[in-house]
Amino acid sequence: MTDLIRATASELSRRLTAREVSSVELTQAHVDRIASVDGEIHAFLHVDAEGALATARDIDTRRAAGEELHPLAGVPVAVKDVITTKGVPTTAGSRILEGWVPPYDATVTQRLKAAGLPILGKTNMDEFAMGSSTEHSGYGPTRNPWDTGRIPGGSGGGSAAAVAAFEAPLAVGTDTGGSIRQPGAMTGTVGVKPTYGGVSRYGLIALASSLDQAGPVTRSVLDAALLHEVIAGHDPCDSTSIDQPVPPVVEAALRADVDGLRIGVVREIGEGFQPDVSTRFDESLALLEGAGAEIVEVSCPSFVHALAAYYLILPSEASSNLAKFDAMRYGLRVAPNGVDDPSAEQVMAASRDAGFGDEVKRRIILGTYALSSGYYDAYYGSAQKVRTLIAQDFEAAFEQVDVLASPTSPTTAFPFGDKLDDPLSMYAQDVATIPANLAGVPGLSLPSGLASDGLPTGFQLLAPATADDRLYNAGSALERLLEEQWGGTILAQAPELEAVR
Amino acid sequence: MTASQRATTLVDLDDALARYQPVMGLEVHIELNTASKMFCGCSTIFGADPNTQVCPVCLGLPGSLPVVNSTAVESAIRIGLALNCQIAAWCRFARKNYFYPDMPKNFQTSQYDEPIAYDGWTEVEVPTAEGVETFRIEIERAHMEEDTGKSLHVGGATGRIHGADHSLVDYNRAGIPLIEIVTKTIEVPGDKAAAVARAYVSHLRDLIGGLGVSDVRMDQGSLRCDVNLSLKPLGSDELGTRSETKNVNSFRSVERAATYEIRRHAAILDAGEKVVQETRHFHESDGSTSSGREKSDADDYRYFPEPDLAPIAPSRDW
Repeated sequence: MTDLIRATASELSRRLTAREVSSVELTQAHVDRIASVDGEIHAFLHVDAEGALATARDIDTRRAAGEELHPLAGVPVAVKDVITTKGVPTTAGSRILEGWVPPYDATVTQRLKAAGLPILGKTNMDEFAMGSSTEHSGYGPTRNPWDTGRIPGGSGGGSAAAVAAFEAPLAVGTDTGGSIRQPGAMTGTVGVKPTYGGVSRYGLIALASSLDQAGPVTRSVLDAALLHEVIAGHDPCDSTSIDQPVPPVVEAALRADVDGLRIGVVREIGEGFQPDVSTRFDESLALLEGAGAEIVEVSCPSFVHALAAYYLILPSEASSNLAKFDAMRYGLRVAPNGVDDPSAEQVMAASRDAGFGDEVKRRIILGTYALSSGYYDAYYGSAQKVRTLIAQDFEAAFEQVDVLASPTSPTTAFPFGDKLDDPLSMYAQDVATIPANLAGVPGLSLPSGLASDGLPTGFQLLAPATADDRLYNAGSALERLLEEQWGGTILAQAPELEAVR
Repeated sequence: MTASQRATTLVDLDDALARYQPVMGLEVHIELNTASKMFCGCSTIFGADPNTQVCPVCLGLPGSLPVVNSTAVESAIRIGLALNCQIAAWCRFARKNYFYPDMPKNFQTSQYDEPIAYDGWTEVEVPTAEGVETFRIEIERAHMEEDTGKSLHVGGATGRIHGADHSLVDYNRAGIPLIEIVTKTIEVPGDKAAAVARAYVSHLRDLIGGLGVSDVRMDQGSLRCDVNLSLKPLGSDELGTRSETKNVNSFRSVERAATYEIRRHAAILDAGEKVVQETRHFHESDGSTSSGREKSDADDYRYFPEPDLAPIAPSRDW
C-alpha cells in the first residue's frame, strides 16, 4: 500500500469517498511510514497513533452509516508543535514546555477535529518558532528528506519534512516571517501563509502576535486550498481574526487560469540570491507568461528595511509573549544552584535560563532592550513606522498588478551548522518572505524546480490582503505547467528514503 | 518590635502645615461588577474556592488570547462621563510588562498613553468648621485594565511576604476589570488636605456606586486607593519627592495615611534629609506607614500597544 502514502490529499479524499480505502488503513499506513523513516528524519516530536486511529475508526463508521462528511474527513494531518492539542503534549520545540499537556485545543485543532482529520502527531520546529532551519529546536533538528545532511528550513521544518517524506499528506504550520513558506521551498512542498487574521491564532503559542499566522503545508496547491478552507474563518476567541467569509481558495485552485493576470516582480528582492534559484524563478515566470500572464517589474523601496524592522518588532513582542514562561503555573521549574529557600524570582530566572535555548534568549534580550525606556521611539516605534511604509508599498504595487512574485528563499537547503555561528546570515534567509508578514498580506510558496545541486527551489506568490484566492489560482496554474514539464511531481524526483529498522 | 512600631520621627501636624504645603495625587482603582472578566468569560463572583473561576485566558496559558468585555468598556465610559472627562474617540490597550507570580502573563493588559477617558473634574464637599466647603478635583485620566491574582503568603509573622515560607496564588481575581482613576495634583489648604483626600474617595464611592457599575466597597477590594503625597515649602513652586502609600482600606485610613505622611515627610525635610521615593504600606493598627518591598526594576514597564486587541473606537452617539 505504499502508493497510499504518496497520493495527494485530494486523491485520498476521492478514494475514501469511493470506499476504495478506509481511513484506518490510510492512517495506519502513515503511522507505519513514520515508524519506518522518522528515526532518520525526526519530523515528529510526538506521534499519537492511538488518537489518530480512533478518529479514523470513527470516520469510517460514520461514513459506512451514510453520514455526509467533509471532503477531507479521514485524511491524516500533522500539526506543528506550536499549536495546542488537548491531551497531547505541546512543546513549541522548547525544553521549557517539556511534558506540558494543554487542557484545551487551539481553534485550528478544533476545526481539524470537527472536519474529521486524524491528527498523526506534533511536528518539530525551531524553538518558539524562532529560526529558519529547525536547528534551534530544543529536541534536535529535523533532516531534509532530499539530503539528510541538510536543514529542511524553519521554523516549520518538521511539518514540511513530514509531508515531503510522505509521513503525512497534510500538515499545519505557522508563519511569522516565512516559517511555512521557506521550508516549503527547501523541501519541494507547498506552503501558504494566509492573510493575517484569516486563520485564528487562539491556541497558537505566540511568538509575535502581530505577525503569526497558521497555514497549510502540503504536496499540491489544491491540497493546500482544501486544508485552508478547513482551518480558516472568523473566530470570536481571536480579536484579530477577520470577520469575513473565507476567500474561495478551492475554487481558485481548480480554476488555475492566468490569462491576463498581471504579475509584479519586486525589483528589491532577488539580489545576491543563489544563481540557479533565480534561474528557476525566471523559468517559471516564462511559463506563466506563455500561459497568458503579463510580467511587470515593480518597485517596493521600503522592502530593503523589512528585515531590520522585523528583527525589532518580533523580538519586542516575543520578549513580552515569552514572559509567561516563569515556572509558576506550568512548564519547567528549576531551583537555582546553591540557593537555600529561593524566591519566586530566583526560580523564574533559573528555570528560564535552563529551559530557553540561545536563539530564544538572544531575541528576548534584544526585544527587552528595544522596548526599554528611552529606546522605544528609536527602535520599536520606528520599526512600526517602517512597517506602515511597507504596507503602503504593497498597496501601490497592487494597484499595478494582481499578484507579486519572487523566489521564496535566497538559497537552497544548506548543510547543518552552516549558519549557526552567524545569526544575521540566518536571518537573511527570510528576506523575501518577511515583507508579507509585516503587511499582513497572504503568501504562497510552491516548488519551481531543482537547482544544479539537486535541491528544490521555491516560487513565491503574494496577493493583497483577503485576496488569498489569487495565490491559489496562479499557484495552481504554475504547478500544472511545471508538472507537465517534469512529467510528474517534484517529489517524484526526491531520493528514496531508507527504512530504518 | 515590628517595623511599624519602631520609632519614626513625626512632626506635629499643625507645625508641619505651618511650614509645608502638601501636594497629593490620588489613584483609585474601581473593580467593575461585570458578570465576566475583562478579557474572558470567567465568572467574577467574590468568594469562590481558589482557582475555580479560571480559564486558559486568565491563567495566561500558552496560546490564549484576550477578548474585550464590552460591558466593561461601557462602564468605563460611564465613569468617565460621570467625571466630566473627554472620552477618547480612539484608544488602545497596552501591555505593562513586569514579572510577578500573581500576574499570569507577566504583563498586565492596561492602557498607557491612550486612556479611554481624560481631562475631567469632580467636586467634593468637605465638612469644615466654617460649614461645608467645596473643592474641585481635576481628573487626569481613567483607564481600563485587568486585576491580578491574589497571593496568600504562608509562614511569616505578619501574613506579608517578608519572612513567609511559601506563597499560594489564587487566580480567580486575575482578569477582573478594573478602572484606574488618577487625579491631577491636588493642592488645597494644608489643614484640609487629609479631609479632602478622604472626601474624594468617599465621593467616588457615591458617584460610581450610583452608576451601578461597581460594588465600590473598600473592605472588599472593589474600591482601592493609593495615596501619593509630597511636601513643598510654603510659598515655593518646587515640588518635593513623593511617596506612594498602599493598603489603604477605608475612608478613614485615607485621611490617616495622608496625615501620617505629611508628618513623616516634614520630619525628614526638617532634618535636612531627602524623602525616599518609594511605595509604603499602611498599617491599620496604628495609622502608620512603613517601607514596602524594594522594587528596583519596577519602573520600566516597556509599554507597547497590545497587538492582540483591536482599538476601541466608541461612536459619539453611543
